[in-house]
Amino acid sequence: MKLPQFDYQAPTSLIEAVALLMAGKGDARPLSGGQSILPVMAFRLAEPSLLVDLRNIPDLRAIEVSAAGVRIGAMVRWRDILDNAQLKDALPLLPEAVDHVAHYQVRNRGTIGGSLAHADPASEMPAVALALDAVIEVVGAKGARDIAAADLFTGSLSTSLSHDEIIVAVRFPAWPATRRYAFEEFARRRGDFALAGVATCYDVDAQGHAKNVRVSALSIADTPIRLKAAEAAIEGRAIDADAIKAASAAASAEVDPAGDIHASARYRKALVGTLLGRALTRAAARTAR
Amino acid sequence: MKPHHGAHTSNSYIGAHIERVEDYRFLRGEGKYLDDISREGQWHAAFARSQIAHGKIRSIDVSKALAMPGVRAVITAADIEGDIPTIPFRRPNPTIGPYAQPIIARDKVRYFGEPIAMILADSPELAEDALQGVVADIEQLPVMIDCKRAMEDKSLLFDVTGSNLASIFNADKGDVDAAFASADFIIRDQLSTQRQTALPMETRGLLAEWDAKNGKLTVSGAAKLPFFNRTTMAAMMNLPETAVDYIELDVGGGFGARGEFYPEDFLVAFGARKFDRPVKWIEDRREHLMAIGHSREASCDVELAFSKDGVMLGMRGDLFINIGAYVRPNGMTPVRNAAQFMSGPYRMPAIHIAAYACVTNKTPAGTYRGPGRYEGNFFIERLIDQAAAGLGVDRLEIRRRNLLTHEEMPYPLATVLPSDGRADTQCDSGDYRVCFDACVQEANWAEKSKLQGKLIDGRYHGIAIGCFIEGGASGPQENARMVLEKNGDISLFAGSSGIGQGIETILAQIAADYLEIPMERITVFHGSTNLLKKGWGSYGSRATVMGGSAVIDACKKLLALFRISAAKRLGVEPEAITIAEGVARLADGRSVPLAEVASDHLEVDGSFKNQTPTYTYGSAFAHVAVDPGTGHVDVVDYVVVDDVGRIINSMTLHGQVMGAAVQGFGSVFSEELIYNEEGQLLVGSLADYLIPTASDYPVVRCVSMEQFPSPTNPLGAKGAGEGGIIPVGGVVTNAVANALSSFGVQPKTLPLTPSRVWEMIEDARVRA
Ligand SMILES: Cc1cc2nc3c(=O)[nH]c(=O)nc-3n(C[C@H](O)[C@H](O)[C@H](O)COP(=O)(O)OP(=O)(O)OC[C@H]3O[C@@H](n4cnc5c(N)ncnc54)[C@H](O)[C@@H]3O)c2cc1C
Repeated sequence: MKLPQFDYQAPTSLIEAVALLMAGKGDARPLSGGQSILPVMAFRLAEPSLLVDLRNIPDLRAIEVSAAGVRIGAMVRWRDILDNAQLKDALPLLPEAVDHVAHYQVRNRGTIGGSLAHADPASEMPAVALALDAVIEVVGAKGARDIAAADLFTGSLSTSLSHDEIIVAVRFPAWPATRRYAFEEFARRRGDFALAGVATCYDVDAQGHAKNVRVSALSIADTPIRLKAAEAAIEGRAIDADAIKAASAAASAEVDPAGDIHASARYRKALVGTLLGRALTRAAARTAR
Repeated sequence: MKPHHGAHTSNSYIGAHIERVEDYRFLRGEGKYLDDISREGQWHAAFARSQIAHGKIRSIDVSKALAMPGVRAVITAADIEGDIPTIPFRRPNPTIGPYAQPIIARDKVRYFGEPIAMILADSPELAEDALQGVVADIEQLPVMIDCKRAMEDKSLLFDVTGSNLASIFNADKGDVDAAFASADFIIRDQLSTQRQTALPMETRGLLAEWDAKNGKLTVSGAAKLPFFNRTTMAAMMNLPETAVDYIELDVGGGFGARGEFYPEDFLVAFGARKFDRPVKWIEDRREHLMAIGHSREASCDVELAFSKDGVMLGMRGDLFINIGAYVRPNGMTPVRNAAQFMSGPYRMPAIHIAAYACVTNKTPAGTYRGPGRYEGNFFIERLIDQAAAGLGVDRLEIRRRNLLTHEEMPYPLATVLPSDGRADTQCDSGDYRVCFDACVQEANWAEKSKLQGKLIDGRYHGIAIGCFIEGGASGPQENARMVLEKNGDISLFAGSSGIGQGIETILAQIAADYLEIPMERITVFHGSTNLLKKGWGSYGSRATVMGGSAVIDACKKLLALFRISAAKRLGVEPEAITIAEGVARLADGRSVPLAEVASDHLEVDGSFKNQTPTYTYGSAFAHVAVDPGTGHVDVVDYVVVDDVGRIINSMTLHGQVMGAAVQGFGSVFSEELIYNEEGQLLVGSLADYLIPTASDYPVVRCVSMEQFPSPTNPLGAKGAGEGGIIPVGGVVTNAVANALSSFGVQPKTLPLTPSRVWEMIEDARVRA
């Protein structure tokens, strides 16, 4: 559990960083908070020859709130998100979810870009990005491009990023005033990776019905997933006890989680439904802003 | 000499609430642990460990590793001349001989993680890099991970023994068949506790230095048993005992596992001697989980016999303890303890328990806080709650009726054979109903009992109470050397070792009271073999009682010398002198303070011999709330009431009890060393081995009593470091069963993970 040998560079521009990654031909990796990559290396599960630290690159740490939505720089840390007063209104699902991420020490270093790139199916951020149709801005050897959250996660710990691409920011569409939301997860201890979790939101129309229902789940498959049957079960309905029950049942029915040393498959399947039920109950009880 | 009961003089440290002296160092980051020391030119060790749980070694090729940068040497079994030494037992018995662990695997590997080679390199990183260069060709043999399967299996771990059963301990008392024949009610169940480890926060570490000129070996990183390990090392190294020193630094927790003699202890020292270089090794966490002693993997098939009004008549059955691949120095203690202590604080006239110690392809087991007692307590307390339901007797009443009383003391427990030197033992003092009644009161049982099985805000509430005894003050002896320094201060050199329990404070308190001088004038040094000729250490809840009593002896001897020195100075007979508060006085007003006789070089050796254990006893109460949706169990309230004979320091005492209780919650809910069928350990970090964290169990309340001093020692104190963990499994599980009584859930297996709790509820729902 000691780090293998590696080289370290801390370039001061994105162009330089991309050049270093390109020269590394897949053997070089970006370094942000180091809270995932360093443990992985200590366990000798990855032995990159070069870490390209993004800390000296300007402009990766901004949180910008505008009428168009929210843009969060890749090097923004969990701590910054929780401390930011604007996000509590502009993107309230995010801080609610981040409140479940790890412990103080890890939150002081772990970043949103690192989390998206690491693509741990048990982490909160990818599920939130998926639920909210986030767009991931990346820069690589071929230039800049946007990746829809739904296209980023390709498997457990794998993404559609190429080895020379760096996430620079993540954009969220504007948050409607009529939106209800909740994030629920269950972990064995506070701060642990969840056994399962759900992020949900919907907009309430004039009749009091749910529109644009989104449900995503973490720790239930290889990637964060949308629970489309659960969404369909309540789309256009008032979120009452019956609707919640239907969504809950649909969620459990549509997932096919694996068992591991922490929990059985059967348990996780039921847990997703339970958590969605609790999330929707809380969401429905929230008053409009 | 000041009387030690009741009297309050200006100097009354014993019984006070005193912050730990050592905390100033720890809280300022000034503690000195093994990894804080290094030596010029030292090499670093890393261990190549078998990834195969059971196999015949065809070859081990280390040439690639040797060629790697910074690698100085690689040791394998081929470097050991003659037979591979095995690690000696601390408590031998007639059958375990062949099961001793060789210090490195030569022909066969028997568990995942068994050392097969030691790399010595210039840095720990380079040493770890070189592990990839060790190529082991091992022919797979059938793997056994289950105790009962191993007992039946034809495939043997040790061909010479013809069996996978290392030992059977029989605990007997009275006529058990007659007891069962006369019983009105019998309850029988099969229950199990899971494999765990003690998990000290500081992993193991050693620094071995060989002084070739003087033929002397110094091993830093001692804990728990420095003197026994010195003797062991000297014998294995073929050196006189005086040529080996074990040095204790600050120790980040022991809990029964750290400080036993392990294969690495020998290998690191062997490397230092062979190459005449300091060799340092710090165990990493993944390695720790697979290499340090495991414990607690036990199951039972036991029955209890009762009269119709709930009086216990007898107990019989079998215990199966999975001790892993070898019998380590203390590997049999949990096995024999589970058999002897299962009856616990209860009056049990007839007992026959057979405890089977079976070898399997898992990490060898050893002790963990409350060894065997935690397991046995879980079994009997689960049976008692079920018996209460079956008999229609109240859960409080069934316990109260069977708890031992003052009039019955001393009360003998079952005799355990084969003897490991401790076949017979007896409860020393106490009225076990006293703590029980106090616990019922403190818990507010009358009010809380209205909650039983109730669904409130989506959670089912349940309560339970359980009772325990804790064996302490392990023999045979402890020593303390005391020196009067030039400035009149006292240096106290204790044979006990410090494993985080606060002995620098406790021993200074005791010495200060007996010498009647301020505590600040006493400095305690402990745990190293170069401090005094002989000592024992810290195990079996002994340091306060055994070490403290040795300190009293030293104080008496020092005061006697002081009297003589003072008498000489004053030109009188020693009898004419009275000593109080560090000053020798004559009736005529003349006096000599302690500091003045320092030039006489006063130095004494104190000791205390005792083979009779103390038994702290107590009761614990749990109130839990179970979320049926997630299976999460919240410990809403937890109360422990114990009688420790005599409280030396209520602050350190409650630290022990509270810490042990929380450690026990980890046992009940989350910690488990899980293996797959191939015998690979699936738990590699603290993300998988879930110990309690600071925010998990906020409510633990401790009440300590000193109603019945122990007759075994001058302090009247009883060992109190382990009791807190002993009742946790039984009482918490019974509270969960109580909460889920509407489903008829009866948990049989620990840990109660959320997944398992939910499944029990779900299965009960399906059945209904
Ligand atoms: C004890 C502990 C508990 C944790 N619990 C949780 C939890 O509950 N929930 C949770 O979500 N996470 C948890 N984490 C993970 C933590 O949140 C990580 O910090 C986060 O997932 C990764 O962020 P990072 O900045 O540390 O990334 P790093 O470790 O620096 O990098 C992670 C990966 O992403 C790549 N990378 C980093 N930045 C970029 C970028 N800008 N563009 C492209 N690739 C990049 C790296 O090359 C690497 O492969 C935990 C970690 C620890 C140590």
